[in-house]
Amino acid sequence: MNIVVAIKHIPSIADDLPVKGNNVDFDSVDFVLNEFDEQSIEQAVLVKEAVGGTVTVVGVDVIGELDNVLHLALAKGADKAVKITGDDPAADSHQQAKWLAEAIKGLSPNIVFAGVQASNDLDGQIGPMIAAYLDMPYIGGVSSVEVSDHTATVNKEFAGGFGAKYSVSLPMVVGVQAASKPPRYAPISKVRQVAQMATIEKVAPSGGVSSGLSFKKMAPPVVTGHAEMIGGSSKEVAAKIVELLKSKGLA
Amino acid sequence: MAPKFEKAKAIEKEHVVVDGIDVSGHWNRMFEQRVITEYTPELIEKIADLPNAESFANCYQCAKCVAVCPVDVVGNYGPRKLYRYAQTGMDLTEAPELWLCTTCANCLRVCPKEVNMVKIMPAVREQAILEGKFVPAELQQAFENTAKSGNPLGQPQRKRDAWIQNAGVPIPIIKDLGRPVDVLWYVGSYPSYHPRGIDAASAAARIFTALGIDFAILGKEEKDDADSQRLAGEKGLFEMMTEYNIETFNKYEWKELVVTGPHELNAFKNVYPKYGFERPVVHYTTFLARYLDQLKPLLKHPVNKKITYHDPCYLGRHNGEYEAPRKLLEAIPGVELVEMGRNRENGYCCGGGGGGMWMDSFTAKHTTMRLSEKRAMEAASTGANVLAVACPFEVSRFEDAVKSTGNEHVGVLDILELLDKSMRGE
Amino acid sequence: MSNDVFVITEHMDGKFSDVSFEMVGKAKELTSAWGGQAVAVVVGGGAASNIFASDATIHVDDAALSQFNPEAYGKVIEALVKEKSPRLVMFGWTAMGMDIAAWLSARTGKPCVAYARDLCIENNALIVNSQVYGGKMIAEVAPEGDMVIVACLAGSFAVEAGQGSTAATQIASPVALVGLKTKFVEAIKPAGGDVDITAQAKLVSIGRGIGSKDNVELAEELAQKLGATVSSSRPVVDAGWLPRTRQVGKSGLKVKPKLYLMLGISGAPEHLEGMKSAELIIAVNTDKKAPIFNVAHYGATADLFEVAEAMLELL
Repeated sequence: MNIVVAIKHIPSIADDLPVKGNNVDFDSVDFVLNEFDEQSIEQAVLVKEAVGGTVTVVGVDVIGELDNVLHLALAKGADKAVKITGDDPAADSHQQAKWLAEAIKGLSPNIVFAGVQASNDLDGQIGPMIAAYLDMPYIGGVSSVEVSDHTATVNKEFAGGFGAKYSVSLPMVVGVQAASKPPRYAPISKVRQVAQMATIEKVAPSGGVSSGLSFKKMAPPVVTGHAEMIGGSSKEVAAKIVELLKSKGLA
Repeated sequence: MAPKFEKAKAIEKEHVVVDGIDVSGHWNRMFEQRVITEYTPELIEKIADLPNAESFANCYQCAKCVAVCPVDVVGNYGPRKLYRYAQTGMDLTEAPELWLCTTCANCLRVCPKEVNMVKIMPAVREQAILEGKFVPAELQQAFENTAKSGNPLGQPQRKRDAWIQNAGVPIPIIKDLGRPVDVLWYVGSYPSYHPRGIDAASAAARIFTALGIDFAILGKEEKDDADSQRLAGEKGLFEMMTEYNIETFNKYEWKELVVTGPHELNAFKNVYPKYGFERPVVHYTTFLARYLDQLKPLLKHPVNKKITYHDPCYLGRHNGEYEAPRKLLEAIPGVELVEMGRNRENGYCCGGGGGGMWMDSFTAKHTTMRLSEKRAMEAASTGANVLAVACPFEVSRFEDAVKSTGNEHVGVLDILELLDKSMRGE
Repeated sequence: MSNDVFVITEHMDGKFSDVSFEMVGKAKELTSAWGGQAVAVVVGGGAASNIFASDATIHVDDAALSQFNPEAYGKVIEALVKEKSPRLVMFGWTAMGMDIAAWLSARTGKPCVAYARDLCIENNALIVNSQVYGGKMIAEVAPEGDMVIVACLAGSFAVEAGQGSTAATQIASPVALVGLKTKFVEAIKPAGGDVDITAQAKLVSIGRGIGSKDNVELAEELAQKLGATVSSSRPVVDAGWLPRTRQVGKSGLKVKPKLYLMLGISGAPEHLEGMKSAELIIAVNTDKKAPIFNVAHYGATADLFEVAEAMLELL
């Protein structure tokens, strides 16, 4: 089983994001692995452990610091790491998905995992785009995956605890919401050992595509550090809360 | 593993002849060495085979440790019990008991066989982590935060020195200073980021300044000491941080390293020498006690409080400093110092050591009460209205504990804050 | 190319989600400026589709569409927009919309804006506001080209503006739905709750403001209606009104629910430590200076009993 995980290295939102021109000031932020990718790496390794195969983690090296992320993935059970030398922190999802799809094509994957979303997916997520570029079916919001023969059985989550089970003939792209088990911990000694031993395959970016978006402005929202206050009488407050909960599928 | 139980049979005979010799005695006398068949030694050996955990096998079940174990006070614990559990089928690498020890070292103080949990626990925990066994999620988070952000709180590195803006005195960063200093002050993660820790750090800065000490901090170059992460089993993480810290310390010229926290003291003074760093390190209480004569005239405002002092395990038992904190407190006019029943060498643990700082939710499931709560109650029982501390882990732990035990009237303050209060008035 | 706006609606168990109506309302606003039609697109049967305020409603039905199937739904929508060339296609940024919007963008080569929370027209050009970086940034982007795809955050627009009674035109699938690789197997229903608050998706959390043990019942009732569990801050547990297992905070448990609805909790730092990473925090407190309002996403200074009772009537 050829299992591929497509990952995204994105600006950390643990801290405030500085702006430069019409975009984030990429030079002044830390880059981290998209949190959903931590889940998809775990899910990929769980599938490998269940049915055998190899896990290849592929990502675009947007700022030249992807090695750390790939070493961690290898320490957690991935077998191979590939970085696409994109070297453009502003590379959007379309561009990254295209580069990833071109790189993944050659790996003849049986199943491709991606995080269901990333906080910088302004132009959409890479998962469904890779599926489109590789002409594979896609299901996102997935919280468990079982693979047997040439079929994957996945559980997709809707809002409020509802969901659906699908069976998909492989190959497919899975957008992982959460792995069936919490991501494992990779001890630093193992990560450092991997960092010394492992080789990361470098691939030049191939294929150009544009998201067709032009930035007019990027700025923090006006209301920060304070709750958006709901005014009015208690009844009005209640009505607005109920409306809010319903809109988010929470009531 | 299921325990192999086969109860030893008592030998009860009126007349017994062994090898032709009549050894009859009282009917219930034991005639043979008891054959220990109801126990399994494998699980004890499994632990004792790990490097640094060898002394686990030394235990002869005297139970002195249980009497002083702080976890046993709020649960069912202690090295002797762990040995017994292992004997009867508990694999420590997989048991929740693995994560409850705070490495406070009170057991080691009384153990006649030198069973050293301060070495055993990190070794077994490391094994559990390497084998991918259960590790409390909160602890994993603290590990990951330390690895990624350089501090267990997960705060951004570039904000490590943000607190100095509001300290009220200029705080030099050694890199910007560009000259040697007498004192390199290692602030620590909690004093750099936690709101109550920042209060203590700011107080320290004002005290150092008032004393005219030539000091500087590392600022954005400072990263966590990771000693508690080491004790919680993440040796690789500790080594990574250690390599970075030693390199950073050695980049600059300074005479003495002063630390805010006892855990940092322990790391830099007792563990870093194994990694080639042997330079003078002192805790702030030891350091300031040297300046008592200069400090006293600065302490102008009385602090009319009845104060009890909590000995941090890693300042007291681990590093032998009991008197400096008390001298500092006694130097403050108006202070009445009272002792808790368990003090100095027998001081009770706050529960924050050995990674306990990051396992509060997990520990709560296996104990009847937090260690910090037990200690807060003990502090309140002295009639004190201030619980004075000297470890940055403790302010937040005890502030919560005095509230949850209904002792809000007991204030929790770092000695630095008390000195600063006396220096500046309210 | 037309100036029409297609709204891809979503429904489950015969009920349309609010975001469907919200988008129809917004579509009408946009087409009134552009001069095109706001078209509600309903894919799949089992729902009465004549309830939108759209200018037209297209209802595509096929046996293969009886349940949400990202592959089948995607193919239908792709065929539809290729045939009709709307100027804008609106999806919800939801479990369903998220599977198709970006896919459609890559298939058609048309731009896509996700996390959209507002759309407006400036000089006859579409401007989309998108809430990216976990809400830390608002991006204002101008998508280029003759067709734009947006995926809108739920709750961005008013529901009412999209409600109406436009008759739907029933059509067969514009594309043959054979040889699908994705098969719907079964629906998954929410499991019953238990008292491990760290495992709950929704918590109604009460603080000192609840006042007495008897009042806890009100919170229980509200929680039940929301499919949530009652948790609390320390004072409530200390008072013995709830068991220790329900306590959130430094001396309690750390939780990360999707919803953390706080009634009468002021937000001491110890409490915040246990819940600040909840996805949606709504706080009701009488003290307008309560620190919780610096952390909550939504807040109201109101009497918690009045709010809770009024909510019960509405749920």
